Amino acid sequence: MSDTVLRTDAAEFGWPDALYDVLVRQHVRQVAYVPDAGHSRLIERCADNPDMVSTVLTTEEEGVALLAGAWLGGDRGVLLMQSSGVGNCINMFTLIENCRLPLVTLVTMRGEWGEFNPWQAQMGQATPDILTRMGIQVHCVDEPGDAAPTLDAAIRQSYDGMLPSAVLLSQRLIGRKAFNEEG
Amino acid sequence: MAGPLLDRRDAVEGLLRDRGDLLVVSGLGSATYDCAAVDDDPRNFYLWGAMGGTAAVALGLALAQPSRPVLALTGDGDMLMGMGTLATIGASSPQNLSVVVLDNEVYGETGAQPTATAHGVDLVSVARGCGMEAVEDIRDMNAVGTLAGRMQRCEGPLFANIKIDTREYPRVLPARDGAYLRSRFREAVLGTSP
Repeated sequence: MSDTVLRTDAAEFGWPDALYDVLVRQHVRQVAYVPDAGHSRLIERCADNPDMVSTVLTTEEEGVALLAGAWLGGDRGVLLMQSSGVGNCINMFTLIENCRLPLVTLVTMRGEWGEFNPWQAQMGQATPDILTRMGIQVHCVDEPGDAAPTLDAAIRQSYDGMLPSAVLLSQRLIGRKAFNEEG
Repeated sequence: MAGPLLDRRDAVEGLLRDRGDLLVVSGLGSATYDCAAVDDDPRNFYLWGAMGGTAAVALGLALAQPSRPVLALTGDGDMLMGMGTLATIGASSPQNLSVVVLDNEVYGETGAQPTATAHGVDLVSVARGCGMEAVEDIRDMNAVGTLAGRMQRCEGPLFANIKIDTREYPRVLPARDGAYLRSRFREAVLGTSP
């Protein structure tokens, strides 16, 4: 884990594919997302599965509402977003506790572990506290091998145990975003 | 706005009469009261908060239940807050989803302050631009009936804006315990509830 530049080679580490396998095994049908580079492999895998319904959102809070409706209609879902999107969701998160709904969200973290862009710092730092305050249990993943078992546990405790869960994929895992003069 | 204004309860009655398998998500405030007053059915999911989320909840439901018509019924304030969802719906394009806005051009719950639709913002044009099947202005009850038929035939994703008068009815307040509402909905729709 010494490499801290952008990992465009996430597939080599295998964790995005392992996350996808968990979604399939756990019968997650609806995948709602605002894209992030760290989620790109998983988004592609889900889009290629004809049994899954992928929905690209205009803002993350739509995903909280959409997955509430999905579960009312009998579907399991997952919300993919970046830590900055967690702030967009706050009022919509009240659906979860008020209506005792399940929620599973996979959050790629910014604003930590060598972050270059100060505009990402505040939401990244606030993300675990915000989720916790809104009644969503937080699980952090730093190591590639922990990603799939953590998502599996999050889905089980959310859909069986009614404990809404967020899995935070750390910037250490995903790779620090590299900016340079060439873009 | 030119043209006659419809009565909100008449319009909702026209949409929910002969509802068949229709599933309804209603937006906070008067849309929820209207649904409860006209037809308090367990297949209505009433929002009491989560402003801006009505159409998105209905979208997730429509994608999960593609063989049943799904109606998002809400007011102009809620729709304006969640206007991006019209783009999400247009891109996703579920034929069984209809979004109907009861547009009185004011924030009715907070003192009747004018919304953007009072200043000429046209939600029908927005929905059309987002790729939804936008229905032209609904000005009489015959048009409401035609809309209800299209909704039942899943000719969507449909969008309709109904200009209503600002008459305030006595509030009909349905249950507001969200956990109860979701359990009764799932039991009615899926025959199950955890």
